[in-house]
Amino acid sequence: MDFRLTKEEALFQKMCREFAINEVEPLAAEIDEQERYPEETVQKLMKYGLMGIQFPKEVGGSGGNYVMYSIAIEEMSKFCGTTGGIMSAHGTLGAWPIYHFGTPEQKEKWLRPLIEPKEGAKIGAFGLTEPNAGTDSAAQQTIAEKQADGSYILNGTKVFITGGGRADTYVVFAMTDKTKGNKGISAFIVDKDDPGFSIGKIEHKMGIRGSQTSELIFEDVHLPADRLLGKENGGFKIAMMTLDGGRIGIASQALGIAQGALDKAVQYMKERVQFGKTLDKFQGLQWMVADMHTQIEAARLLVRRAAFNHDVGLPFTKEAAMAKLYASEVAMDVTTKCVQIYGGYGYIREYPMERMMRDAKITEIYEGTSQVQRMVIAGQVLR
Amino acid sequence: MAEFNSTKLEDFSGVWVFCEQRQGKLQPTVLELLGEGRKLANDLNTELCGLLLGKDVDGIAKELGAYGADKVYVADDALLETYTTDAYAKVICDIVADKKPEIMLIAATNIGRDLGPRCAARLHTGLTADCTHLDVDVDKYADFLREASTLPAAQIDALNRADRNLKMTRPAFGGHLMATIICPRFRPQIATVRPGVFKKGEYDEAKGNAVAVEKIAVSLSEADLETKVLEVVKEAKELVDLAGADVVVSVGRGISKDVAAGIKIAEDLAAELGGVVGGSRAATDAGWLTADHQVGQTGKTVHPRLYIALGISGAIQHKAGMQDSECIIAVNKADSAPIFDVADYGICGDLFKVGPMLLDAFKAAKAGK
Amino acid sequence: MKAIVCVKQVPDTSGKVAVNPDGTLNRASMQTITNPDDLNAVEAALQLKDATGCKVVVVTMGPPPAEGMLRELLAMGADEAVLVSSREFGGSDTYATSQILAAAINKIGIEDEDIVLCGRQAIDGDTAQVGSQIAEKLEIPQVSYAADFKIEGGKVTVKRMLEDGYMTIQTSTPCLLTCIKELNAPRYMSLSGIMDCYAKPLSVYDYNTLKDDPLIEPDTIGLKGSPTNIFKSFTPPQKGKGKMLEGADKATCESLAAELLTKHII
Repeated sequence: MDFRLTKEEALFQKMCREFAINEVEPLAAEIDEQERYPEETVQKLMKYGLMGIQFPKEVGGSGGNYVMYSIAIEEMSKFCGTTGGIMSAHGTLGAWPIYHFGTPEQKEKWLRPLIEPKEGAKIGAFGLTEPNAGTDSAAQQTIAEKQADGSYILNGTKVFITGGGRADTYVVFAMTDKTKGNKGISAFIVDKDDPGFSIGKIEHKMGIRGSQTSELIFEDVHLPADRLLGKENGGFKIAMMTLDGGRIGIASQALGIAQGALDKAVQYMKERVQFGKTLDKFQGLQWMVADMHTQIEAARLLVRRAAFNHDVGLPFTKEAAMAKLYASEVAMDVTTKCVQIYGGYGYIREYPMERMMRDAKITEIYEGTSQVQRMVIAGQVLR
Repeated sequence: MAEFNSTKLEDFSGVWVFCEQRQGKLQPTVLELLGEGRKLANDLNTELCGLLLGKDVDGIAKELGAYGADKVYVADDALLETYTTDAYAKVICDIVADKKPEIMLIAATNIGRDLGPRCAARLHTGLTADCTHLDVDVDKYADFLREASTLPAAQIDALNRADRNLKMTRPAFGGHLMATIICPRFRPQIATVRPGVFKKGEYDEAKGNAVAVEKIAVSLSEADLETKVLEVVKEAKELVDLAGADVVVSVGRGISKDVAAGIKIAEDLAAELGGVVGGSRAATDAGWLTADHQVGQTGKTVHPRLYIALGISGAIQHKAGMQDSECIIAVNKADSAPIFDVADYGICGDLFKVGPMLLDAFKAAKAGK
Repeated sequence: MKAIVCVKQVPDTSGKVAVNPDGTLNRASMQTITNPDDLNAVEAALQLKDATGCKVVVVTMGPPPAEGMLRELLAMGADEAVLVSSREFGGSDTYATSQILAAAINKIGIEDEDIVLCGRQAIDGDTAQVGSQIAEKLEIPQVSYAADFKIEGGKVTVKRMLEDGYMTIQTSTPCLLTCIKELNAPRYMSLSGIMDCYAKPLSVYDYNTLKDDPLIEPDTIGLKGSPTNIFKSFTPPQKGKGKMLEGADKATCESLAAELLTKHII
């Protein structure tokens, strides 16, 4: 057993830190304030291969692994939860299902442009959630009706889609057989320029305000047969497996937010003087720091373990759910405490802490709420 | 270059100053070098010589004499009109090999710092860059150490009084460390000297008229020049003369809330006090100010009469460039900001409020004078 | 064509500078970084590579851990790295360092169309001497303070910065340029570069590798071969902490202005 990063992983962590400090941190407050998608950062992430970290070079990726993917999201999220969230949604939700379930032709046409290390690469997104179907995907109302020529006509609406309106390529789920519930769902690749596909309302969110989140509206969108991803009626499995991997991304995002908040609070405690001494001299606060540091380290071990399992081909459904559940709750807890340490300064926009607390909250909600993670974990333990 | 042995120390005498000119105009810092060179020459009981290269530059010789030179070597040639490394290094190394000065001072300008190392490497001797203090006399050096170092007195008293090496002191790591360098086994001892550090001597017209001028025969041909100057451009934009400024008002990350207003406050203060605006690396890296405004280790070193730091936390890199200012006022919201450790007057407050109040107070104080 | 880039690993002085009681730098307690100006030189070489496909070789002199820095430069895109490291080279001043690096560059091989790139100066010593001295030892032309340059058919045109403007200088390869930060913005390592960097060639040149070069003599390298010696190293006395003024209000500003006026500071 070896808890150390490999030398490549360690070097990659260093690169991500430099990138985050120079490119991500300076924009974090601004994109939050303006609810602006950090396009310039995303272009740089593409250029350096950070939007295709975990995919092999043969299909256009950078040849890294999930541990590296997790490291990258953690490092960016230390300074900006939005950026970490964009990387997570693109990599695991947008690109991975095409990588895992796509035909060689689909990978060449749809995956490579998403993960190639160059500026101007494309962005992927994932359309599963509907107004009346969150994790309860069997309640899907989006319908893909098969035509005589084997093509499909897609109708329906998706909501809360991360990257909606910005993404170029969407993996969209729809009922192809309403009678079969979950077993009647299929996955399709939809291009942003497909006629009949439009973007609905763009949401105003509490946190990760720079990551665009929108409705997707499909009105008689004609999808040729080669847009079907995987088998017809095999979409539920695609959705579930995709979300398993996605949880590693969100867990890493939560981990980064927590670590970033604690780093800042520790710095602040060494500078801020009250009652004639710096805050780090107060035992009550020291104990908070010790607890937070321990929680974060425990979260990191869960996150890395889930990523490691993914890399070596071991089951990771439960591990990813535990990592996501724990890391997101740690993120919420730690950021709340860090706001407290900052006191009044923690509550105002001029300092980053309130933003980090707002950003943390989403990690307990999206890609399966904490309650859903517990269902998944219990399901695995009690099966 | 003729046969030359830099290790025969006894063959060398005289203190030389390389008199850098651009477009026929003497660089002002040369006068500072002459002032310091004069002291060294007096301590060594030897002559101070100017070394002047250029085209039609004889006229400058008298000024060099008036500021302290006993003698001026002039190399006049069309190929020396504009500085090139190869032409200047060749002419200088030839004459050094011939005349054998024991000390040569070169201003640490972009040209001096290009030329010095090339010559030192060719002459097989040492070079100390960017010196801020020079001594040959040990008693004077000991006095300097008592003032400017934290060395124990016993160490200073133990110095060998007979030592006549040039002791070249320079800052390292942005002033955190000072190092005195010697070049005991080779001559000439060459130093590049930081502009603005030394004082120029008194102007003495009689001495200028009496200066001895020796023309150097120059044997240069186009073939000796591997670099060609296509053009020399003086930047049209107004250069920020931070190094020479009496007052510097600098801004840092603290103005991020409203960059334009923050810079305006600094500009107003600078205008009122007859100073210029500077910035921390954070401010120049962010593009709020151009790089020529940067004060600090990787920017300019300043020692104005008054330095006002607005919203600058005081990273080591910044302090290195301004802590020798005569008087420092720091305004920062964080009372723990390291800038307050070097400030003579610290105000813990919002620069957007304090800045304009300071401006009003300065105006009022000066009006009432 | 190839670009040879000389780089130095230096203590990161943007953080805390730790000084030992004897006045020397406590290097062990400080992070090391690639010297900032040297990264501009590396970036310039990589841009040449992007444009022409030329080979980029990075070379440094330093202790064995400097390999870590070289791997980072390989991960940025350099093709080969050379670590010049030997006990005999220890204690070298700029003169001796340039002798050794020039010998290393001779060993790498410098051909007619090649270019050598250095940073303007290192943030630890701030001497800005080694570049020019390498050029002298290699007997090639130098242009320092390069803010822009282009190479066309062996002709190198350089924008060389002066304090009050710039010169445009033309020279020809092989030549040496020292680079300043205005030249470019250094890239990051890329992930695929990181995945490849440990497989790229990294040679270690020690005394035995270089000893046959005429530049390498016992009296031209290391402490013994250094014309300059450190005579004294010391820390300046701390400037006493000034006073914090009470209150950030009008009255404070007025009394400060009055005080400065009496001291003839304003």
